[in-house]
Amino acid sequence: MSIHSDAGAMSRSPAEKETRMTAGTWLAIAGLVLLAAVPIFAPSLQLLVNLALAKGLAVLGVTVLLRAGQVSFGHALYFAVAAYAGAFLLAAWPGADLFVVLLAGALGAAVSGLLVGLFVVRYRGIFFGMLNLAFSMIFWSILEKFYHVTGGADGIRLPRPSVLGMEMGRHDFELVLFWLTLALVGGLGWFTLRWLASPVGQLFRTVKTNETRLEYLGVSPRRALLSGYLLSAVLCGVGGAIMGVAQGVVTPEYAWWIRSGEMVFIAVLGGAGSVPGAFIGALIYEFVRVFASAFAGDVWQMLLGGFLLVIILFAPGGVVGLFERVTRRGAAKGEEAA
Amino acid sequence: MKTLFVTTALCATLPMTALAAEKPETLKIGMTTFLTGPASVFGVPAQEAAKIIVENINAEGGINGVPLEVSFIDEGAGAEALTSEYRRLVESEGVEVMFASISSGNCQTLAPLAEDLQVPNFMWDCGTQKIFEEQDYEYVFRTQANATPEMLAAVIYLLKTKPDFKTIAVVNQDYAWGRDSWNIFSTALKAMKPDVEVVGEFFPKFGAPDFSTEISRLQALRPDVILSTSWGGDLDTFVQQASQRGLTNSSTFVLPLAESSFERLGASLPAGHIVGARGDHYFLHPERREDADFKAFMEEYESRTGQVSVYPVFHTSQAFAALQAAYSKAIEENGVDWPSEEQLLAAMEGLEFQGLGRPVKIREDHQGVEDQMMGTTVQNGDYPFATMENIMIFDGDDITTPVGEESIEWVSGLDASFIDTVAVDSFEN
Amino acid sequence: MNLTIFLLALFDGIAYAALVFIVALGLTLIFGVMRILNVAHGSLYAIGAYATVALTGFFLSLGLAPALSFPLMLVAAILVGILLGGPIEWLLLRRIYDKPEVLQLLVTFAVFMILEDVQRLVWGTQPYFEARALQALGNVTVFGVTYTVYQLILLPAVALVLLLGLRFFLRRTILGKLITATTEDREAAQSIGIDADKVFLLTFIVGAALGGLGGALASPTTSILPGMGADMIVLSFAVVATAGLGQIEGAALTALMIGLGRSFAVYVWPEVAVLVPYLIMVLVLLVRPEGLFGSPAARKI
Repeated sequence: MSIHSDAGAMSRSPAEKETRMTAGTWLAIAGLVLLAAVPIFAPSLQLLVNLALAKGLAVLGVTVLLRAGQVSFGHALYFAVAAYAGAFLLAAWPGADLFVVLLAGALGAAVSGLLVGLFVVRYRGIFFGMLNLAFSMIFWSILEKFYHVTGGADGIRLPRPSVLGMEMGRHDFELVLFWLTLALVGGLGWFTLRWLASPVGQLFRTVKTNETRLEYLGVSPRRALLSGYLLSAVLCGVGGAIMGVAQGVVTPEYAWWIRSGEMVFIAVLGGAGSVPGAFIGALIYEFVRVFASAFAGDVWQMLLGGFLLVIILFAPGGVVGLFERVTRRGAAKGEEAA
Repeated sequence: MKTLFVTTALCATLPMTALAAEKPETLKIGMTTFLTGPASVFGVPAQEAAKIIVENINAEGGINGVPLEVSFIDEGAGAEALTSEYRRLVESEGVEVMFASISSGNCQTLAPLAEDLQVPNFMWDCGTQKIFEEQDYEYVFRTQANATPEMLAAVIYLLKTKPDFKTIAVVNQDYAWGRDSWNIFSTALKAMKPDVEVVGEFFPKFGAPDFSTEISRLQALRPDVILSTSWGGDLDTFVQQASQRGLTNSSTFVLPLAESSFERLGASLPAGHIVGARGDHYFLHPERREDADFKAFMEEYESRTGQVSVYPVFHTSQAFAALQAAYSKAIEENGVDWPSEEQLLAAMEGLEFQGLGRPVKIREDHQGVEDQMMGTTVQNGDYPFATMENIMIFDGDDITTPVGEESIEWVSGLDASFIDTVAVDSFEN
Repeated sequence: MNLTIFLLALFDGIAYAALVFIVALGLTLIFGVMRILNVAHGSLYAIGAYATVALTGFFLSLGLAPALSFPLMLVAAILVGILLGGPIEWLLLRRIYDKPEVLQLLVTFAVFMILEDVQRLVWGTQPYFEARALQALGNVTVFGVTYTVYQLILLPAVALVLLLGLRFFLRRTILGKLITATTEDREAAQSIGIDADKVFLLTFIVGAALGGLGGALASPTTSILPGMGADMIVLSFAVVATAGLGQIEGAALTALMIGLGRSFAVYVWPEVAVLVPYLIMVLVLLVRPEGLFGSPAARKI
């Protein structure tokens, strides 16, 4: 059965392949439209979805690195750097503009991503993952210890920023933030897809498949990995900045290793290496977590852990993988019938 | 004619709706507490106490006939889950009053949120004094004291019982409470005893499993007094390790939160050390332990949980006492069946209520004024753990930062004569 | 810093390093043989501690001597290894050996999350303390500072015994050589007839038991709380990564560096003490990218 469906995939005409790609795009657009309608039809879910999407952006950063076959266990570093950058900005200039805050966050993440990345791209596999972990834990320790600067374990509050010069009430601000997050999700997701398909992105992806060939071509694999690493840091940072603004507070927990682990978890849950998978995974994860802790307060961690086990053992391609399996089987059936 | 009659009747009743609210079927309360994580040593007793109190209130008919229904949010599930659940309870579940929270960090996040959501919020346990000093709130109240009177009581008791000590060291948890409490304590101490010498300041990580190195260091430094505002597992580990290595013999410990660890520490907390209870909270409260309501509650709590009551239990009782008192006052003063939100908020101003301890008063900046108890440990065999003797209860009015002033500034302006101005009641045990 | 302070810091450092080493040992072993970073190792540590407290509390309440605590620790460790380690490997890990590394790691992450809740459900949230084993050994005073014999002498002694014992086991015994061979090259080992499945199962059980033993040995010194596992894991990761793939001697050296670094920091600059393990990891890996004693892996082109 499976042989048939593989052959079917390979013998698909370019026209058919195009239709399949557009089908994916249509689904993505439909998803975004659906989410945009949340404040209107399900306003009680608005904050949750916003936080989930912010997390999804951060997961997207991890996903990008997964495409190069590398797992980072310390991307919470950029999540926290961006959020704290935003917090310091708002502490120095209360009422700063939302876009400035997000930009500051992204910039902070980019700079730290460059500094750490220069060290980290020399390593592969478990050492890559662990070094990232070490850097994130160093940052976490600094955040916790230097209490008078960073607010220690209780963190720093982020007062509401202004938007394009206007001070907004809570309701309006949250609406604006929600749609901005959605726009960033769509925009950055699309950008990431294009980047991965671009020549730079393809060199980046080759680090996973055959790194030595890159060297033979005269391309530095470290450079290739660094470019993707920077992108992943910025994506993570934007997610962190949004999260900080949405919650109104940032704490050292933003850099804690379990948060990095969570991001990897979600990346795999959604579909390792899949861009839409990052957001789908984040939405599913957040919903399961909040409802599990609300209704099964004692055992929500256990439920989440069991859920992860089921996914890995039976659907290791994640949600997106499941979806592709189903559609491929459908296409194969269609081919057989024809 | 009929239309005119109906319209007139409607218009006549409209002002009434502005004056009173409809009596709900149940009065829904939301309470945040730690059900997981290290602070669950406070959170779970508080939850148990809340359940008992709500049952008792409902058994007596509830508040003006309306039964109470309380839902719990786990602060241990993280800030995102906490804020989402808080909003969900207020916006979708129709919760009328929220009790939040144990963690000072969570209070700082949730106070502005409560103000935004326009829901009355009682800060029932967190200690940070900064919330009301930095901003004014309409919807947020505190049904207990804060870090300033708690630390001042410790300083005064220390200076009264050991006026001649020379050196002090501190071992506090490294987070806001640990840092802030030391800030207040040390400022007050230096103001009232300028010749004191601080020989060591240690802030081990929150949840540290091991204090061996700090204890070695302290043994080398030999301070007369060691302060620790730690609590829970951290305090247990610190005291036990210190006791094992003899540090409790060479220095006097000042442990303002030790009351909640008495039972767990058992014989490991030796006699002669200064302890506090974050208020006048003690299962053998010298003034209250013979009262019928106190005894009945202590018995019921112990039979349900197998443990003696600790201060979070008292704080919970104060929050619910405030709730009842506020509703009763609002109902009485406005002559209605059920108060509107404005009436309830108005009733909270200057409210006096009494939980399991002494009466507490809410003053104009919404901060609660609560008396503070300090004592010295004794192992007299009545219980398999330490109890208190030489108890002093300090009057909350004298040791709470005056309205409008900032704690550190006010405290640094005190001097040794302040001690004599504080009203105190002393008890042998 | 005079000589006394220096020696005191040294003693504290060694005591701490011993515990870190014992816990990280199991993780290193599993990682070396199976190439899996077992995130659940911290939970095994915590459950080892809880089990010891439960067993000790029960038997000592029957009036037996506190010296019984020590064999009970071993019992607790073995129980953890067999009852938890065995099923985890058999039921879960075995299915995913051929899957990408990240999935293997996430499986152990999921097990960690489940075990965290299991700890709370079984033992509740109150801190436990069972120190009679430690008290039984008494104190020793050095330079005016009193240490417990348990921490100053027993723990480093146990660490040393484990280090030498495991070295001997891996190099001199047949079973040990089988494990070493499988570590070097799994396919080659299988091709000469070594049953890699059995080796993996045994390694995981031993590694889990070592994690449980770490918890058991730590239990008399500290309050047992939910969440103690999570803190230990990160520290163990740092040790494993710094030491080099499966290098036991590297783990010992790393644990010593971390222990001494931390204790000197507490004496000289306490605020930095938390940073020390991660700083050491970064610095070592900068200089030796494969870990302290790691050797560069051959790349297939």
